[in-house]
Amino acid sequence: MKHARVAYAGAVHSATEAPGGGVKLADGRVLPADAVVWLPPVQPRTVFAVGLNYADHAKELAFKTPPTVPLAFIKGPNTIAGHRAQTRRPSDAKFMHYECELVVVIGKPARRVPRDRAYEYVAGYTVANDYAIRDYLENYYRPNLRVKSRDGCTLLGPWFVDAADVPTPMNLELQTTVNGRVTQKGNTRDMIFDIAFLIEYLSSTMTLAPGDIILTGTPEGAVNVVAGDEVVTEVQGIGRLTNYLIDDSAFAPSA
Amino acid sequence: MIDVLIQLRGARQPLLAQAESSNDFVHLGGRRVALADLACDVPTSGTVFGVLFNFPGELAALGDAVKAAPYVAPPRAPVLYIKPINTWTGAGMPVELPADVPAVRVGVSLGLVIGRTATRVSAANALDYVAGYTVVNDITEPHDSYYRPPLRENCRDGFCPIGPWVVGRDAVRDPGKLTVRTYVNGELRQENTTAVLARPIPRLLADVTEFMTLNEGDVLMVGVPENRPLARVGDRVAVEVEGVGRLENPLVAEAGAKA
Repeated sequence: MKHARVAYAGAVHSATEAPGGGVKLADGRVLPADAVVWLPPVQPRTVFAVGLNYADHAKELAFKTPPTVPLAFIKGPNTIAGHRAQTRRPSDAKFMHYECELVVVIGKPARRVPRDRAYEYVAGYTVANDYAIRDYLENYYRPNLRVKSRDGCTLLGPWFVDAADVPTPMNLELQTTVNGRVTQKGNTRDMIFDIAFLIEYLSSTMTLAPGDIILTGTPEGAVNVVAGDEVVTEVQGIGRLTNYLIDDSAFAPSA
Repeated sequence: MIDVLIQLRGARQPLLAQAESSNDFVHLGGRRVALADLACDVPTSGTVFGVLFNFPGELAALGDAVKAAPYVAPPRAPVLYIKPINTWTGAGMPVELPADVPAVRVGVSLGLVIGRTATRVSAANALDYVAGYTVVNDITEPHDSYYRPPLRENCRDGFCPIGPWVVGRDAVRDPGKLTVRTYVNGELRQENTTAVLARPIPRLLADVTEFMTLNEGDVLMVGVPENRPLARVGDRVAVEVEGVGRLENPLVAEAGAKA
């Protein structure tokens, strides 16, 4: 089943997918998708992300050899927003790009989980658009939080999909469109470190908690996007996540 | 004595207590209790952020390496990291070292406890967003490179003691003039002052919230001084911030781990 969290008529609701693409609130009301405000479908406590996890993308970013251990890091909750969110694109940035990613949602406490049991700890999946602003990259704890944990730059949704409904998570098409034009394509089977490995790796030194999420990386096809663009990141069978880039003008100048 | 907020293990909400200036005793519900006899939990609830190099000696220790690969240039923006919830533990709680971690680096930081949503705040009024202060022991496996995020080294379960309490903002006259110390088995191993911070606290808050909102309950460590002491199983580590408190935790072998 596909689950969402939405705001409607002054309250936050759990919802599921209704026939025809709408949403059905837990109280039975059925609404068109554009009648609700889409919130992130999960509220993770710890947000893990993995960089350079597709060989083609690692190559694109000028790394001569693929990594031998996952490049894993943690983002803050400030960076999370939902489907149809607006994301600020700083006007001084020359290169800001989206990243379409499959997201794993942990279902139960995970500590030293072996690879062959990893899927027992997966509750389900969602889609991320994990923006990066390359102008702000620095070579300390790279990718630094100024690149990867900016307010409203990590979008999740629209749906959280139960693991039972995703029989082949390691064979899902990923695609990004910018204003309707396809700019990124890939398949989760091309991950360097697959889901089972990532769960084993992370849980070997940390206890993962239900609701924690792992952003599993993005394939090649990162192109610059600008204010006014509509960016849609899609993972086959999981969802189509829409985001709108807006410029600085709506925001107060920095203090 | 100063008012402090203590979170006792098993309690559903924090308690107001009064701490003696020795940091060893608190007055709680009319009784005088040794801190060592209280079961303290983590007194904060939000995301815990750390900042690298905010003590200038930490960056100076890199020397000319900052101009060479892989760093290429000195850092411009604050270098931040997160200590996730699995790392948090309360005052007095044993910190377990896994069998493959023979020694850890420990280090004191003043923790700013955020009081309200702080987005793009100015340095001039940044302290208005601080509810109070706590003490953090930032534990990590020794590592030499700052190039990649040290997730495995920094984020072992229990590698971030926080506490023993939160002191209200008004009880600290100037957070930019506090002595910080780390002791291992009672021996002073690290001493510095927040007066030398590369980014003084108001500037740090302004530069961090320029791109990252801090929310009520979040903790921003202001930095760990250079020369983080090594500690091992059997050691007792105490980190102390003048006027805020002293946080002590023993290091033990992980249950089931080979010694």
